[in-house]
Amino acid sequence: MYSETTPASMEEQKPQHGHPSLSEYFLDRSYDEMFDAQGVVRPHYEALLSAFTRLPKEELVRRKQSADLSFLMQGITFTVYGREEGTERIFPYDLLPRIVTAAEWERVERGLTQRITALNLFLRDVYNEGKILSDGCIPREIVYSCRHFRREMRGLQVPRNIYIAVTGSDLLRLDNGEFVVLEDNLRVPSGVSYMLTNRRVMKRTFPQLFGAYGVRPIEHYTQALLSTMRSLAPEGRPEPTIVLLTPGIYNSAYFEHTYLARQMGIELVEGRDLVIHDNIVYMRTTAGLKRVDVIYRRVDDDFIDPLAFRSDSILGVAGLFNAYRAGNVTLANAFGTGLADDKALYAYVPAIIRYYLNEEPLLNNVETYLMTDPVQRQHTLANLDKLVVKAVGESGGYGMLIGPKSTQAQREEFKRLIEANPRNYIAQPTLEFSRAPCLMGSPESPQIEPRHVDLRPYILYGDKVTIVPGGLTRVALPKGSLVVNSSQGGGSKDTWVLTD
Amino acid sequence: MLSRVADSLYWMSRYLERAEHTVRLLDVNMGLMLDRSGTSAEGRWQRVLAALGNPAGLTWKGDHIQLIRSLTFDGNNRGSITSSIVAARENARQVRDELSTEQWQRLNRLYYQVTESRPIDSGTQLEEVLPAILDGLHLFQGITDTTMNHGEGWQFIQMGRSIERAFATVMLLDIYYRDFFLAQPSASDTSQYLEWIGLLRSCTAFEAYCHVYTADMSHEWILEFLLLNPDFPHSVRYSIDSLRQALLSVCQSSGRLSTDELSRMAGRLQASLHFAEISEVLQQDTAAYLSGILRQCHQIHDLIYGSYIHYSVQAALSA
Repeated sequence: MYSETTPASMEEQKPQHGHPSLSEYFLDRSYDEMFDAQGVVRPHYEALLSAFTRLPKEELVRRKQSADLSFLMQGITFTVYGREEGTERIFPYDLLPRIVTAAEWERVERGLTQRITALNLFLRDVYNEGKILSDGCIPREIVYSCRHFRREMRGLQVPRNIYIAVTGSDLLRLDNGEFVVLEDNLRVPSGVSYMLTNRRVMKRTFPQLFGAYGVRPIEHYTQALLSTMRSLAPEGRPEPTIVLLTPGIYNSAYFEHTYLARQMGIELVEGRDLVIHDNIVYMRTTAGLKRVDVIYRRVDDDFIDPLAFRSDSILGVAGLFNAYRAGNVTLANAFGTGLADDKALYAYVPAIIRYYLNEEPLLNNVETYLMTDPVQRQHTLANLDKLVVKAVGESGGYGMLIGPKSTQAQREEFKRLIEANPRNYIAQPTLEFSRAPCLMGSPESPQIEPRHVDLRPYILYGDKVTIVPGGLTRVALPKGSLVVNSSQGGGSKDTWVLTD
Repeated sequence: MLSRVADSLYWMSRYLERAEHTVRLLDVNMGLMLDRSGTSAEGRWQRVLAALGNPAGLTWKGDHIQLIRSLTFDGNNRGSITSSIVAARENARQVRDELSTEQWQRLNRLYYQVTESRPIDSGTQLEEVLPAILDGLHLFQGITDTTMNHGEGWQFIQMGRSIERAFATVMLLDIYYRDFFLAQPSASDTSQYLEWIGLLRSCTAFEAYCHVYTADMSHEWILEFLLLNPDFPHSVRYSIDSLRQALLSVCQSSGRLSTDELSRMAGRLQASLHFAEISEVLQQDTAAYLSGILRQCHQIHDLIYGSYIHYSVQAALSA
């Protein structure tokens, strides 16, 4: 079924709330997190809305400034690629939390657990027996043509059979209120430090409101991450040494790497700190060489070992892959997890869940058209102005075409690209995903306005699946924008999962 | 502690000490320029350059404002204050997680203070600009001592500072020894008196010296004070004492034997300074004695690297 989606609706209506700071709050066809379709405040947003509308606007602005200052002082910045000047920027923070009810979260949590379990079984299968392929459930050519498929992983036993220890799935909420999965992000997902610092700033900025709401805590994330890593240590290493491998200070997520290493109390290492001898990984310390057992790596597959993968990489460690194959060190995530992250393979995830778990998926996919299928390709090419086209191996909002916002020239360009290499592209409908209230306007007249948001929960998989309640809610800050990526004008806000 | 981290902390500290030394040399010599004395401007600024180890690309061209401009906020010049502070911050940035937030903020502020400064011209109020930077550097040291764990990382910071300071003081002594003690051993006119004060001030030693020897300047006493005084923080002996102490702490915490070459070299240098007599130093070839100390400092630096930072994997595995 090909549903036609209409960009922003014409019949906008005002919510029934008459407060002046809400005068710019219009509802449209997309799901609104705060108001229902009739413009009535949803029960779990009532206290928040009344707290914010009761505050004098000077007070609101003051708290916003104090929150911003707190981020600045902590140096919570990210790096934007491709710019000479001002590459270090603060990730914009929105003051209003996004609230998720206990019932909504329960479903999301079960759905993600199911999905991660299935994807992990899939990776194990594909890199070993390949039953799902011989059963014809997934075409072999889709798997073998994935850019992130690692032939080197064939027949390798990974500890506890866990390939994806850390995931940050991107969820969207559709106009009917249903959460769907947009991307699985199984390689090196980032942003969890923003989730944690957002919460800390929120608690300081609105202590009473936060306390009264009954929000489930998330502060145990780093501890859970550490236990997950520990549970994946190679056999016979009961007191494993765990390190975080960073590409270094020029990486956009370097702040996060230092933050997590500090919070977990583990060493933050770069490739040049590690040496391999007889397939054992050591780090150079002032007390000599110290053996390393588990590496929480924040370096992509391609760059991690110049001998096994890209030989021009200076971020990695020569010989690391051999040490890994020898079972002397654990890498989390494992190599080759990007296979299940491929956007064309994504279309098969519901089938993967049914195949391994014999269950119906609890969280749906976004409808996806495969360009390798002639009918779907024809449909896409005829409707480029309405669809979103994505390169299968990219992430972070790079390499995509947003149909309704594109020019004729861009569409021509993508048409050529698709026809030249259909395997490299997929198309999805332009989604009118949900909007949440955000503090916009100028310091003189602060306004509460709706902006599109997604949700990235962080899933840990060691001896069990752990999901801290909530995750990172990313906001597309420019009015009407559908792009939440930090590299392209996105911001974030705290996410409250209620206990009730 | 990771070798790379130790390396960064050590160099951060050395660069900050270097910046401080440069600031003070400029400040003192600008002050001395105001007094009419027998020393030519050329001789004075040549001495400053020599005391900084003759940084590459810098020569005396007859204009002290131009020289000061190159030595202060000229980021393209490796010997400038700005370059030293930028290098220190770059090292700190690589080990951001090892430093306290207070340290990082203070260093950042200092960084902006120098990188946003306009180039020096004849109208610049150097007597206000330079002390402000000195304050910033002192604040950083104080914050380091009060907010950072006095563990291995802190010890590497002490090492960097001590060795850089020992280098600086010995180099100054070497230059003054050649220019004054040796050239005009008996002269004691006002101009020489001023130069001696200049030497002491360059090591913040004037008042401390007066406490011990009164305001009478004698080259023997000055040399004794800056070389062998056990209590004054800029004396060579004191610097080597604290270097040795930091080395012993690191040795202990990293579980290494204290009988290796590094300990032996550092211990020997320390002992030689402990038991030296200034009259003996002056009887022998004093210039050779001073360059001997410099050479030993270089060796100690190399050995720190060989033991803790760039050691060979084979050696470490067999140990």
